[in-house]
Amino acid sequence: MNKSIDSISDAVAKIEDGSTVMIGGFGGSGAPIELIHALIDAGPKNLTVINNNAGNGHVGLAAMIEQEMVSKLICSFPRSADPRAFTDRYLAGKIELELVPQGTLAERIRAGGAGIPAFYTPTGFGTELAEGKPQKEFDGKPYIEERCLKADYALIKAEQGDGFGNLTYRMAARNFNPLMAMAAETTIVQVNQLVPVGQIDPERIVTPGIFVDCVVEIQNPQQEEDLNRADVRYPEVTT
Amino acid sequence: MKQRLDEIKLSNAQIAWRAAQDLRDGAYVNLGIGFPEMIATFQPEGREVIYHTENGILGFGPSPREGEEDWDLINAGKKAVTLNSGASFFHHADSFAMVRGGHLDLAVLGAYQVAQNGDLANWSTGKGGVPAVGGAMDLVHGAKKVVVVTDHVTKNGDPKLVSECTLPLTGVGCINRIYTSLAVVDIEAQGFVLREKLDAISVDELQALTGAQLHLDGDINLLDAPKL
Repeated sequence: MNKSIDSISDAVAKIEDGSTVMIGGFGGSGAPIELIHALIDAGPKNLTVINNNAGNGHVGLAAMIEQEMVSKLICSFPRSADPRAFTDRYLAGKIELELVPQGTLAERIRAGGAGIPAFYTPTGFGTELAEGKPQKEFDGKPYIEERCLKADYALIKAEQGDGFGNLTYRMAARNFNPLMAMAAETTIVQVNQLVPVGQIDPERIVTPGIFVDCVVEIQNPQQEEDLNRADVRYPEVTT
Repeated sequence: MKQRLDEIKLSNAQIAWRAAQDLRDGAYVNLGIGFPEMIATFQPEGREVIYHTENGILGFGPSPREGEEDWDLINAGKKAVTLNSGASFFHHADSFAMVRGGHLDLAVLGAYQVAQNGDLANWSTGKGGVPAVGGAMDLVHGAKKVVVVTDHVTKNGDPKLVSECTLPLTGVGCINRIYTSLAVVDIEAQGFVLREKLDAISVDELQALTGAQLHLDGDINLLDAPKL
């Protein structure tokens, strides 16, 4: 078995118009910037994107939105230091937003990967985000029903990976990545380092390869914060 | 009245200092983004507190020096942080299991309004624009104690402690205690219970600045914070 491939453009080539795509990361931490930029090059439209945020500046998810690739965003916090890409289109009615509390977003994705169609949570009860959702009492306390989230594709970032798709993560860049790996039909991973099968201590593996379909090595990946501080835009505007 | 209030009221740093005095040794604590984060600065000496951040760290420490940031090591406000000895990483579902599952000892949030029954409004002014909720609705459920740090009144002088929230709710009946710029108020079965107040303000004056009945139950202690 070898799930690793060399070409990042091949890795995202099958993502077609209208797909639902989970994108890992919390802000720039754990965001698969190179995979996102490869997807921008491929250019599918009318995507539903699931991410904690809505992009920052003019790279990564913000750049995808600027390229008019995203018709719906499911996220918890569509604000950032520079949220204009999303804000302008949202206020113009060009992009739909499903706002989900952060813990509920994580659990909906986890449930999607775990074969749990719905669950009950106290989060959001009595708020406008509970409108239209079934409610139920357990042991005298009120809860709301939340449905799971699945996706056609997940684009995620990991620290080390091997040809079986086993993954480790780097510090808080773990965040949504292991959950999204489980919840997508096809999970595509960019790893900072591709290592031979058997080299990662099984005790250290966070995402077992069964959840992963494709691994591409991107050494020294770019970081959203650094790109934004350098005022980078993707794709670069050529004049 | 407004001018006098501005003279006597605690600053945000002083409110944070007061809230920090109640941090228990060995507590697992989540401090909301912004004002509540300041509480960590005033953690009393000799007490060990483990700070939780939604994006998957237990045991983070202060910001690194400029130029030493690692952008894979950030807090929920997306600010660079450092790690204390004994820190751990975990994914987002585990992080919110710690929140909802009742494992955190304390969550501290900011507020637009807190109602006498413990309802909190702190995520939306209801005025349109781009709505954003983050982890606020999760954090109000599950921590053993959920408290608020806030000015006692809005910039216009309207009460922030109210009989019923008029702004969109973050959670229902979820707040246990409020540290304000003028007082410390608990929320119990009967509603707001005044625990501490500044020496410079009378109970009647405080009641006039509060949108629901302030109940008195035993001693009212002196609210005092050092100049910061």
